[in-house]
Amino acid sequence: MTVTWATYEAGYFDRSEAYVAGAAVLDHEIAPRAGWSAVVRAGHVLTLVDVGGNQSGDCLIYDAVDHEERYSAQATIAAQRNAYLVEGSVLLSDEGRALMTVVGNEVERQDTIGGACSKESNTLRYGHHTMFHHACRENFLLEGARHGLGPRDLVSNINWFMNVPVEADGTLGIVDGMSAPGKRVALRAERDVLVIISNCPQVNNPCNDFNPTPLRAIVTDPEGRA
Amino acid sequence: MSNDLGAGRRASTATPAQARDDARGRAGTAVEAMPYLPPSSSPHVPDGVDPGDLVWAETVAGPGYAHATLARGSRIRLEDVTGDACAHVVLVSALQRSERLNVADTQKIPWQAYLGAGHPLLSGDGRVLATVVADAADGRHDAFCGVTTLASNHARYGAGEAHSATPAGRELLRLAAAKEGLAPRDIPPSVSFFKGVRVGADGALEWTGGAGAGAAVELVAEVPLTVLIANAAHPLDPDDRYRTGPLRVHAWAAAASSPADPWWTATPERARAYLNTQQHLLARGIR
Repeated sequence: MTVTWATYEAGYFDRSEAYVAGAAVLDHEIAPRAGWSAVVRAGHVLTLVDVGGNQSGDCLIYDAVDHEERYSAQATIAAQRNAYLVEGSVLLSDEGRALMTVVGNEVERQDTIGGACSKESNTLRYGHHTMFHHACRENFLLEGARHGLGPRDLVSNINWFMNVPVEADGTLGIVDGMSAPGKRVALRAERDVLVIISNCPQVNNPCNDFNPTPLRAIVTDPEGRA
Repeated sequence: MSNDLGAGRRASTATPAQARDDARGRAGTAVEAMPYLPPSSSPHVPDGVDPGDLVWAETVAGPGYAHATLARGSRIRLEDVTGDACAHVVLVSALQRSERLNVADTQKIPWQAYLGAGHPLLSGDGRVLATVVADAADGRHDAFCGVTTLASNHARYGAGEAHSATPAGRELLRLAAAKEGLAPRDIPPSVSFFKGVRVGADGALEWTGGAGAGAAVELVAEVPLTVLIANAAHPLDPDDRYRTGPLRVHAWAAAASSPADPWWTATPERARAYLNTQQHLLARGIR
C-alpha cells in the first residue's frame, strides 16, 4: 500500500499574514502535496507562509512573457558568491537578469542547491519501492503544462523552508529544517514573472518533517490601497 | 604554432581562379586550436589509446566551444593544456532530448557537492548520463556557479557576445546547442571542469582555481550522448583579464561502466542509478 498522508489542519498551524502590506491581489492556500502557479506582476510581492512549519515549497520562476528566460540557481549563486538564499538575494535568470528579490525572510537561510524530488530520483535515494510516491517533478510538469512548459523547462529550483548544509568535505544533504509554523519569505517581482510552486509531497526525508502541510501564497500590491 | 585568427589578404583575388587559388593556399596551416581529421591523426593521442579507436580529436580555442554526439561507451578526455582552460559541460541524452544533465541530482544523489573520480553525472530521470572515471585535476571542478552570461560579462569585461574577445559561457553554449538541434531551453545548469569552487560553512564561495597545465579529466558516456562544451572564463575567476586557454578534447571507443567498476557499487544510490540506466538501455535493445 502506498502511504500518502498529509495534514490539512492542526492546532499548531499559523497562517500568518502578508509580509508587505498592500492591496490584496491574490490569497491562496496550496494544499499539501499540490502544485500551484500564478503570474506575479512587476512590483507586487509574493509572501509564502510556512503554515505548518518546515514544509518545503519547491519553486521555479519564469519571465511571464518569455518562458525561455527562467530562474538560474547557478547565476544567482555565482552573482552573490554564496550558496544560500537570504534577505536581499536577487533571483537571477539564466541570462543574468533579475526576476525577483527576497525582500523578507524569517528563516536563517533558504535552499537552492537541493533540487526537486522526483519519482525517479526517489528510486535512487530510497529504493524502488518509492516509485509510486507523488513528487515535486510531477507537480512541476503538470503545473508547467498549463503554461506550455515541459520537461525541457525544468531546471534547478529553489526550496523555500528547506535546509541543505554543505560540509567542508563536500558532503551535503537535506536535514531537519530551521523553519516553524507561520514563518515567511517575501519575494518582490522585478518584472512580470510566472511562479510555479510544488508543495513538496516527499515523505522519505525531513524536507517537510515527513508530514506534508499547507503553504499560503499571498500576493500584495504595495502601491495599491489595502 | 600560431593562433590563426584570419591571415587576411595575401594575393590578388580579382578573378574566381585567383580567389580559388588563394583559398586553397590557406589550407594545411597548423594552429593550436583546430580539429584533427581523421581523429587518428591527432598529434596529441592520449597515452595508452590506440589512435584507430579515436572518434573525436580537437583542441578547442580559449574562448571557444565544441559539441559532439557520441556512442554509449565513448571515453572522453578533456585536458587543460595551459592551466587556463575552463570546460563548462552540458550533457543531453541522444535517445530523448528532454533527458539532460541535472546538477542538483548530480550533487544530491551521491550526497557530495564536489566532482571527482567516480562521480556520476545524473539526469533528472534517475539515470547516469556519464561517469567521471578519472580526475587528474585535483578535484578543481565546480557544479555551483555555471557559466557567465551576456549581462555579467558586459558588466565585468565590457562585452560578452560570442563575437567579442570575452564571450559569455552561455552565449557559447547557445551556439553549441543550436548546432546539435537544441534550443536555449535545452541548456540546463552545467558543470565546470578545471576551475574549482568550495563552499564555506556560511555558504560563502571560495575560488580554488585550477590544477595547472596538463590537468585532465575523463568521462565515460553511459548512454548515447550529446556533449556541449563551452571553454570560457569561470564566473568567479578573479583574473579581470578574462582567463582562458586551449582545451584539448579526445574521445575514443571504449566500454561503458559495468558492475565490475568500483564506482558502480560505491554507494547504494549510485548502484540503483546504474541499474535504472541499464534497464533503460536493455528495453531499447542497446547493449
